[in-house]
Amino acid sequence: MRPLTEAETRAVFEKLGRYIGENIQLLVDRPDGTYCFRLHRDRVYYLSEKLLKVAVSIPRDNLVALGTCFGKFTKTQKFRLSVTALDFLAPYAKYKVWVKPGSEQSFLYGNHVLKSGLGRITENTAQYQGVVVYSMADVPLGFGVAAKSTQECRKVDPMAIVVFHQADVGEYVRNEDTLA
Amino acid sequence: MAAVRVEEVLAAAEEQEAEKQRSITVEKELELEFDLGNLLALDRNPPAAAGLRGAGPRREALLRALARDNTQLLVARLWELPAERAGGAGGPLVARLPEPAFRLPREKPPPRPRPPTRWEQFARLKGIRRRKRTSLVWDEQAKEWRRRWGYRRAGGDPARAWLAEVPEGADPEEDQFARLRREKRERVARNELNRLRNLARAHRAGTAVPAAPLHPTGHQSREELGRVARVARVSTASLGRFQPRLPKEPAEPPSRSGGRKRRFEPLLGNLAAERSRQLELLRDMGSKKPVLDITRAVNKQLRQEEAEAAAAKGKKQSQRGKRGRRQQRAGRSSKKSGARRQQQQRPAGSSTGGGKRKKA
Repeated sequence: MRPLTEAETRAVFEKLGRYIGENIQLLVDRPDGTYCFRLHRDRVYYLSEKLLKVAVSIPRDNLVALGTCFGKFTKTQKFRLSVTALDFLAPYAKYKVWVKPGSEQSFLYGNHVLKSGLGRITENTAQYQGVVVYSMADVPLGFGVAAKSTQECRKVDPMAIVVFHQADVGEYVRNEDTLA
Repeated sequence: MAAVRVEEVLAAAEEQEAEKQRSITVEKELELEFDLGNLLALDRNPPAAAGLRGAGPRREALLRALARDNTQLLVARLWELPAERAGGAGGPLVARLPEPAFRLPREKPPPRPRPPTRWEQFARLKGIRRRKRTSLVWDEQAKEWRRRWGYRRAGGDPARAWLAEVPEGADPEEDQFARLRREKRERVARNELNRLRNLARAHRAGTAVPAAPLHPTGHQSREELGRVARVARVSTASLGRFQPRLPKEPAEPPSRSGGRKRRFEPLLGNLAAERSRQLELLRDMGSKKPVLDITRAVNKQLRQEEAEAAAAKGKKQSQRGKRGRRQQRAGRSSKKSGARRQQQQRPAGSSTGGGKRKKA
């Protein structure tokens, strides 16, 4: 377990910034305690100082996970955000996509969101912008990348993909073994 | 019946007798070599090889018998030694062991010579030799030989000194007794400090790695020479910062971690500093974003063009009614300005022009 280096922190913040923009400040600088990021076996964890002090006394080989896993660094040092970060992304999301009840299931199985399943989308979402996907009842389902900007979404045909799937809460069941 | 039982009993008794005899006398081909000073018995008889091969209870039994026999012989020899009663008549019988003949090797490495202390170095330098002091000194006051220091020393008991003169040039208000006590304490402390320093120096000298010779011998490898050259470069007053490089020496930035490849922040270091660093990083990342977002500008332009297309369609449909109104309005403002207004709204996305027509 170690703190992130400068380059790693930059990569993580860039990725997070695509979804929550400048609200990362609210994650870094919280009024209710000191929270920090730590790297353990290529995974980035977000945890409070209190928990860190306790985790320090566990040997590295025996430590499995700590705090909340935000994602992991791949072998080529790219940062991949995982669904376990959704609880922290959802309240601060800048661009949101609401999915109709009919295609919620499809999204939760890992498919992309089609135009036919799109309920609402935040105005002036750019193309390839990171978005958080909600159900119509405002329950966060996961996050993805907007395949079309809001303007284009209005014009495309119903079978076109509007949001690329990145992570969804169904992974908690599908990828139970590999989630940190 | 009775006869059989008697025979059995007699056989058992005879066996027991043989057992007792066997337990004392031991037959060996070669005599054992004894070193009673170390309680050592050396058995050079070849063991029964067939029995010892392979683990098992038979092997255990053979080894046990061998050990028992040899111990019996050793103990028998011990009983032959001259013995006496320790601690008077009722005490235990103690054998007096001879000097050990077998030389055991050292358990620990031999002590290395300690490095000379600072005084010893100075004395060697100056050629001061140690003069043997007499242990007794003639005390004029008491008119007898007194010891140099310690109980009833020659200079009189310092605790009972009732007079302490104020030396010339000293502050008359100063307490001389307190001064003497303080100076003694300081002397003691200084001596103790020097003693500890000498000890530390000796200890450090023992654990120090022997340095490579810094002048070239003929037998140094390439790595050694490189290392030596690096040391020589850094051994200047400014630690090698202004040292010109040799013709083929590569320019090497000094590694702060001293040879280790990567160095990370401490795990539980200053968390507040870490947080402020991250906030600064966020600020830097945020400030670098271009103010003009290309995609948003393009989207605005697209919206604008759509709106114009829609408006133009609307115009064509209700042209007549509008034309009359237009000509009335155009009376006040000239046709030129109207054309200019149209031209201004055409070209690519100036945000103010687009902003007026459609909200972003």
